[in-house]
Amino acid sequence: MNIVVLVKQVPDTWAERKLQDADKTLDRASVDVVMNEIDEYAVEEALKIKEAATASGGEASVTILTMGPDRAVETIRKALSMGADKAVHLSDDALKGSDAVQTSYALAQVLSTLEYDLVITGSEATDSRMAIMPALLAERTGQPQLSGARKVTASLEGTVGTVRIERQTENGYDVVEAATPAIVSVVEKINEPRYPSFKGIMAAKKKPLTNLTIADAGIDAAQVGLASAPSQVVEFSNKPPRQAGQIVKDEGDGGVKIAEFLASQKFV
Amino acid sequence: MAEVLVLVDHVDGTPKKVSYELLTLARELGTPSAVVLGKGASAAAEKVAAYGAEKVYVSEAEELDGYLTGPKAAVLAQLVADKSPAAVLLPSNAEGKEVAARLAVKTGSGLITDAVGVTPDLVAEQPIFGGSVVVSSKVATGTPIITVRANSTAPSEAPAAGTVEQVTASFSDADKAAKVVESVVEDKGGRPDLGDASIVVSGGRGVGAAEGFGIVEKLADTLGAAVGASRAATDAGWYPHQNQVGQTGRTVSPQLYIAVGISGAIQHRAGMQTSKTIVAVNKDPEAPIFELADFGLVGDLFTVVPQLAEEIIKRKS
Repeated sequence: MNIVVLVKQVPDTWAERKLQDADKTLDRASVDVVMNEIDEYAVEEALKIKEAATASGGEASVTILTMGPDRAVETIRKALSMGADKAVHLSDDALKGSDAVQTSYALAQVLSTLEYDLVITGSEATDSRMAIMPALLAERTGQPQLSGARKVTASLEGTVGTVRIERQTENGYDVVEAATPAIVSVVEKINEPRYPSFKGIMAAKKKPLTNLTIADAGIDAAQVGLASAPSQVVEFSNKPPRQAGQIVKDEGDGGVKIAEFLASQKFV
Repeated sequence: MAEVLVLVDHVDGTPKKVSYELLTLARELGTPSAVVLGKGASAAAEKVAAYGAEKVYVSEAEELDGYLTGPKAAVLAQLVADKSPAAVLLPSNAEGKEVAARLAVKTGSGLITDAVGVTPDLVAEQPIFGGSVVVSSKVATGTPIITVRANSTAPSEAPAAGTVEQVTASFSDADKAAKVVESVVEDKGGRPDLGDASIVVSGGRGVGAAEGFGIVEKLADTLGAAVGASRAATDAGWYPHQNQVGQTGRTVSPQLYIAVGISGAIQHRAGMQTSKTIVAVNKDPEAPIFELADFGLVGDLFTVVPQLAEEIIKRKS
């Protein structure tokens, strides 16, 4: 079972996130960055599937794939220190400003050079919050989209595999099944990500890391980057923080006070 | 005026409120055509006509419910090719966004998600970074595909012809790659869906235990509201994960959001900050939720919330 985990480096949610005036792209340089939190759950799930496969005598590997600036190597190292075997880092100035549709093209090109049974990623990134990468990649690769999984069961007999997920829906869940290779995304309910051990951190430094430019991956420069992005930011404005309203201390009639407020706003 | 396609979110032919909102919005952008797909679709025709759908494209092909997102995107792609619409609007929920994504690839188009408004020249407004920045974006390639959040437009009726046209689509193997084997509905106690609700009452760490959600639900029921929960509460197993509001859960934008025992960490705020009116109950006067509350009450939720529910019932009777 060969698993590729898509991992994104994002600005820390706690940091002040800004768009740059010059090109209206996210300021990734001047902000604290972390591994997209939900991708940690994707790494954990891949490691669990690998451990289950090897425990029953099979072979398995976990490869991290990241697209992002050079600095994203910190995030790749973290995923390796959790226990992934190797990594591929797609980094090229020409990719800067690519939107989600273009990013899916670039990632699909890299995926086409890798051998895998499963691609696993987090359900959404905390910076863009679009939650569409699995759907985009499924459409591009023609492989099944198994997104929003709160449970994943994968089995492989020779080269023929089956994946079954419980997909979180608005009013419960769907059981969705597909043949491998498949594109899976997970929600954070699925597991509890491990912390890298000291041994893991030391070992990560020696694990294979392949750096790719767009030329290496066969990516057409005309189809990526800000200038050719199919969605364009026209303008943006920083919104003044919401103003706090009336704060009242409960004097025994707090519930009535709230009801009066709701009535004044015509909610009751 | 050019056609604007609206993908209708429905359950067995009963459209969800967000679909009426999208049709209302589409009337400002062109001539709305509703696209209703899956089991019971035909039953929605009259209902969407009341909100301005001149045409209603219908398909009840079994594949539409039998496989994840691919078949719905295939029907829309065919309609985009046949009708050359000015834009396609979809609800900005998990499935709507994924169908939109596949449609963008199928049609070579640009995509904007999570819009809260769209101007007649198809510039979409999106709040990002938990609402601290507002972005205006435009699709530069192909047919603009835009997903719009619930509660972005007030739905209003405007009767139109609602001429039904059956659509016959063909589906590739790739469209049918992910088979839905089973759909399990978990009981919501008859409450509205979180994404659609005009009022949301959410409970957090302060609720203290699964049993504590009883008073949150009771308050929600007096208001006809949906129930949400903070991540602290869902991680603790006090309330189902699908009700989680926040950065890693659902994003809601209701008319009224009542936060009960929620401190208001940034991850939670990212999922509810664009609510029109925010009320908070918390015993800690320093809780960050009070920074965005229109009305904040510092007190014990176990006395305040039942009193509030009782007072609402009294005022309603």
